[in-house]
Amino acid sequence: MSKRTLFDKVWDSHVVSTIENGPQILYIDKHLIHEVTSPQAFNELEDRGIPIFRPDQIVATADHNTPTLNQDQPVKDALSRKQLEQLSENCQKNNITLFELGHEYNGIVHVMAPELGVTQPGITMVCGDSHTSTHGAFGAIAFGIGTSQVAQVFASQCLLLTKPKSLRVNVNGKLQKGVLPKDVILYIISKLGTNSGTGYFCEYAGNVFEDMSMEGRMTVCNMSIEMGARGGMIAPDETTFEYVKGREFAPKGEAFEEKVAYWKTLPTDEGAVFDKEYHFNAEDIEPMVTYGTNPGMGIKISETIPVEDNPSFKKSLAYMNFEAGESLINKPINFVFIGSCTNSRIEDFRVAADFIKGKKKADNVTAWLVPGSKQVEAQIIEEGLKTVFDEAGFELRQPGCSACLAMNDDKIPQGEYCVSTSNRNFEGRQGQGSRTILASPLVAAATAVEGKIIDITKHLN
Amino acid sequence: MTLRSTAIPLNIENVDTDQIIPARFLKATDKKGFGDNVFRDWRYNKDGKENSEFILNKPEYSGSILVAGNNFGCGSSREHAAWAIVGYGFKVVVSSFFADIFKGNALNNGLLPVQVSERFLSDLMQRIASNPQTVLEVDLQKQTISVVNSDLSEHFEIDAYKKTCMINGYDDIDYLINNKELIEAFEAQKIY
Repeated sequence: MSKRTLFDKVWDSHVVSTIENGPQILYIDKHLIHEVTSPQAFNELEDRGIPIFRPDQIVATADHNTPTLNQDQPVKDALSRKQLEQLSENCQKNNITLFELGHEYNGIVHVMAPELGVTQPGITMVCGDSHTSTHGAFGAIAFGIGTSQVAQVFASQCLLLTKPKSLRVNVNGKLQKGVLPKDVILYIISKLGTNSGTGYFCEYAGNVFEDMSMEGRMTVCNMSIEMGARGGMIAPDETTFEYVKGREFAPKGEAFEEKVAYWKTLPTDEGAVFDKEYHFNAEDIEPMVTYGTNPGMGIKISETIPVEDNPSFKKSLAYMNFEAGESLINKPINFVFIGSCTNSRIEDFRVAADFIKGKKKADNVTAWLVPGSKQVEAQIIEEGLKTVFDEAGFELRQPGCSACLAMNDDKIPQGEYCVSTSNRNFEGRQGQGSRTILASPLVAAATAVEGKIIDITKHLN
Repeated sequence: MTLRSTAIPLNIENVDTDQIIPARFLKATDKKGFGDNVFRDWRYNKDGKENSEFILNKPEYSGSILVAGNNFGCGSSREHAAWAIVGYGFKVVVSSFFADIFKGNALNNGLLPVQVSERFLSDLMQRIASNPQTVLEVDLQKQTISVVNSDLSEHFEIDAYKKTCMINGYDDIDYLINNKELIEAFEAQKIY
């Protein structure tokens, strides 16, 4: 039998049929939905008189458009409120499980599903959100879809797709102190660019990923789409099984053991060939920051902005008000955001709290900490991290996507820089005219304490 | 299916879907009205006045073809981006590279993404810049894009199934629902 990749194994086991000279019908196990990209799909089915085919395979949450303050009160913004009400109505009408605002399981779709055990190795998952790639951390095929495709999955639990090509990114060696999973993925994207993965599904391999926690793996897979790859995957192993075990929607007892036996067959066969493959040394990676308006425009924090003679590059630097060749060290920063589906899990807040403990936030900085879910929020309080944040002058808010895309009131003002643990530094992403610098939770925490970007590597023992 | 039109050259690379339609406009629960806000923060200044420098606001440029730089439509999966471009009146987007999700969303909304070579794109940008009246012809059946009354022409690729869908105006839902028996049979014998 030919050598197969993790991706091949999961994909091939979900192919219902193949259209001659055309796409394949791929079966979808789990469909996650939220308030922003689902209403038009519900309408489409209703208009065409088509019922939802498998409502019990859909899980819904409200996250993109929710406030992060006073969640117990009615949502002030009328349009946002209407969108949330519509989600509740649609879910109720169609018997879909919904963790709405205030529910103990509410949270960002890509934080909520893994922590509830909805995400499992070997399954196919979709959501009308490009960061669905996050769930690939478990060895699942997970990818973002458009609203027309949300309607297709509603109608048939399937999608028509052409199998993507395969790509493997290997990182081996020992990571330096202060280098977090976020730095690893920002480094990879800075080397490969924002469209190197387009048309591909990416597998991350090597001891660096094997040694990572599930939280770290999720951070890495989350940003696969930022190099254009529809999804990223990491082979399931003991770390994965241990994480899934005992979670609300995970199989239990004997059923779990049977699944584990199957999951162990999924890793890429020795000698399987990828369409593209890259190798990086862990030792070369340092804490990263971005300086431009796409996630590929990243540098090591100790480096200077490159000099390029390209109109799009210059437009980007002009937007950021940075000069080619300059360093970002000592740049004053007034806003810090720790949150988003990239970095809002308990581990991210532990890293931040560990650095912040006994220090104070700089007076010029507004620092928002937005947990990824109600469960993460509860854990922050339980572990005493909230006390650390409160004492240092940081503001712990309620869960949601928040300032990552600024659909709610959490907007960075015009012209201001924000060191953010989110995933996109596009123009205006965090608010009209805002300027985003992507970084790890450690770099973000250090920026908030110092009121400016510092070379974090010089501040670690 | 042939379209003849002048084109608007948007000579910027990596145009992301946040630029095509900023997140603050995603609160609607239907597909209407997004065209009014396409490229909102490039089209309008902070004070709400039109930015006369932006290509869509230059009166000499018009047409139902958008010609854009490499890696068009990257970022968010929001289909609102395709709705916004269609809503503004575009029927074809030309670029040397499209992001996956955007490409699928475009096809699902009758917006044809035409992927051309870097060289062709650069020639096209120059011709339109020097003469905004340049007319392009896009022939879906033959899969060609050309500049009318010139020798500039290129073949483009499109999935055969999607081409049939575009020409006949049916979509994936129709196809999938017609295969429900196959899908149910698959569910009954899932091997994973």
